[in-house]
Amino acid sequence: MDLRTTPALLYLDAVSVSFDGFKALNGLSLTIAPGEMRAIIGPNGAGKTTMMDVITGKTRPDEGEVLFDGSHDLTALDEASIAVLGIGRKFQKPTVFDSHTVEDNLRLALAGDRRARTAVAWRETAAARERMSSILETIRLTAARSRLAGNLSHGQKQWLEIGMLLAQDPKLLLVDEPVAGMTDAETHQTAELLRTINVEKTVVVVEHDMTFVRALGVKVTVLHEGRVLAEGSIDQVSENERVVEVYLGR
Amino acid sequence: MIPRALDRGTIVFLALLGAVAIAVPLLNLALPDSSPLHVPTYLVSLFGKYVCFALLALSIDLIWGYCGILSLGHGAFFALGGYAMGMYLMRQIGGRGVYGNPLLPDFMVFLNWKELPLAWWGFSSFPYAMLMVLAVPGLLALVFGWFAFRSRVTGVYFSIITQAMTFALLLAFFRNDFGFGGNNGLTDFKDILGFNVQADGTRAALFATSCLALMLGYVVCRILVASKFGMVLIAIRDAEARARFLGYRVESYKLAVFTISACMAGVAGALYVPQVGIINPGEFSPANSIEAVIWVAVGGRGTLAGAVIGAVLVNYAKTTFTSGALAPYWLFLLGGLFVGVTLWLPRGIVGTIAHWRAGRRITATEDAPDPSGAAVATKPQAAE
Repeated sequence: MDLRTTPALLYLDAVSVSFDGFKALNGLSLTIAPGEMRAIIGPNGAGKTTMMDVITGKTRPDEGEVLFDGSHDLTALDEASIAVLGIGRKFQKPTVFDSHTVEDNLRLALAGDRRARTAVAWRETAAARERMSSILETIRLTAARSRLAGNLSHGQKQWLEIGMLLAQDPKLLLVDEPVAGMTDAETHQTAELLRTINVEKTVVVVEHDMTFVRALGVKVTVLHEGRVLAEGSIDQVSENERVVEVYLGR
Repeated sequence: MIPRALDRGTIVFLALLGAVAIAVPLLNLALPDSSPLHVPTYLVSLFGKYVCFALLALSIDLIWGYCGILSLGHGAFFALGGYAMGMYLMRQIGGRGVYGNPLLPDFMVFLNWKELPLAWWGFSSFPYAMLMVLAVPGLLALVFGWFAFRSRVTGVYFSIITQAMTFALLLAFFRNDFGFGGNNGLTDFKDILGFNVQADGTRAALFATSCLALMLGYVVCRILVASKFGMVLIAIRDAEARARFLGYRVESYKLAVFTISACMAGVAGALYVPQVGIINPGEFSPANSIEAVIWVAVGGRGTLAGAVIGAVLVNYAKTTFTSGALAPYWLFLLGGLFVGVTLWLPRGIVGTIAHWRAGRRITATEDAPDPSGAAVATKPQAAE
C-alpha cells in the first residue's frame, strides 16, 4: 500500500457531511491511537452515528480525509471492503440474524472468504470451531449456542452482536450504544467485556449512559453539532463549561 | 456439501416426484383406455403444466423465501424460456406451414418478410435453443439485477420495477414488427426432436422430463440453501446491513441467486410451451407473475417443498373452478385465498406444519430451532 502518513489507527481530518443543507458533521477531526479505547459522547444530533457511517463506508463525506491504519482511504471503499480491512461495527439496535442459531451467527462472522462464488463449497475448519467456542465463552452464550438468535433476550442479542464483531477479528471495533436497554448487572458485565476486548483491539464506544462511560474509565471525546467540543478524561470534560452548557441547555 | 443438502425430507420429496414421473406416463401408455386406472392424455399434459408451474414457484421461493427478494416479474423469465423453446418448435415446422414456406414461419410470410431475422438464427438447432432457454432469462436477470442491486433497490421498489420489466416485455412482444409473432404468439407446433408433439408418447416423455427438471431444480436449490451460500442469503434477508458490515458483498449474492432463479424459471417456461402448444405475449402479463408469488405464499415461503405443493394445489383449484359454474368468480377466489393465507396462515401450508412439529419438539426440549427458516416464523407476534 501507500506510505503511512499517520501513526494513528483511525484518522479523521476536517470531515463534513450534510443532508439537505443540514450539517451532520462539520469539520470533524479525530485520531484514535492503536490499542486505545475511546468513548464518544454528545447530545442527540451531535453526529455520532453519522461519524460511524462515514468510517464504515455507509455515508460518503462531502469533504475531509478518513484514513485507516495510516494508508487506507476509507472514503473510497464500500462497506464490505472496509469490514474486510478490519473495522467491525455494532449497531445501536441489536442487529443479528434472527432465523439463524447463535452458532450460525458467529459462523457467518468468523474471518474467512466472503465471496459468493466460493460459498457453496465452503467447509468449516476445526480451528474455526475452537475459536467459536472461545467466543461463546467470552460472550456468555455457550448454553444458548443452538438457540435461534431471534429468541434471545435483548441483552443477549447485544452480546451476540459483540461476539460477531470479535469473530470478525477486526483491528478496530465501533460500538454504538452497547448498553441501551440493559439492566444494571448487564451494563456492568458489558463494561467488563469491552475492557477484555480492549486488551487486544482498539475500541470506539458511542454512549449516552454517563455511569457506563465512567465505568469504562477511558479518554472521552464530546461531539456537538458535528465537531469535537472537548476531549479528556471524564472528570475533565464534565467540568468543562461548554460541555455542561450543551448537555444542560443554555 | 451434497450430503447436507440431501436430508430426509428432500429424499422423500425426490422419491415421490420420481414415482409420479414414472407412474403417470406408465398409466397413460401401458393401460387400455377402458381401464379405470388409465390416465387420459389431456391429464398428462395438465399435470405436466402443473409441474412446470411448480418449477417456476420453486425459482421464486429460492429468492423470496431465502433472500427476501420479492420478484413480481418472474413470469417474464418463464415466458422468455418459453419463447426460446417456441422458436425452436416454429423452425421445426419447416415447409408444413399454411403458406408452405420452408424457411420462414407463417407469421413472417404474412408480414411479407423476405428473410429470417437475426434473432431467429440458430434456433433450428435444439442444443442452441436449449442454451438460449438458459441464457436469455439469465442474461436479462444479470443485467437487470446488476443495476437494481448495485443501486440498492430493495423491498417494494424492487417488486415494482420487476412488474414494470414484465409489462414492458409484454408490450414489446405484442408488436407484430418485434418479430416474435405479435399478439398471436407462436403456435401450430408439429415436432420436437423429430417426434410429433401431439402424440401420446411425446406428451408422456415431456411430462417425465418436466418432473426430472423439477427434481434437478429442487436438488440445485437444496445444495444452495444448505451451503454457506444459503446461510448468507438468509442473513441478507434477516439483516442486510449487518451482512454488509460483516464484509459480505450483498449485491454479488443477490445477483447470483437472482440469475440462477431466472434460469430455472426459463427452463420451466421451455417445458411448458410444447405441452400447452402455444406461447403468446399474455405470458408476460404482470398478473401471471403475481399469481406465481401467491402459489409460493400458499405453500409456504422458504420451504422449497411448499412452493411445489402450493403451485400444484392452487392450479388444481384453478382448473376445477374455472371449468364449472364458479368460473366467473375464480379471480375473487384467488384474491380471497391470498388474503386468507396472509391473515390466517402466514407461514403457508408447509411452513405451518413444520412450525407445529417444531412446537411439539419444544415442549420436549424447551427450545428447538425452527426448521421452516421463514422470516415470519421467528416473529410470531408480528405475523399473527
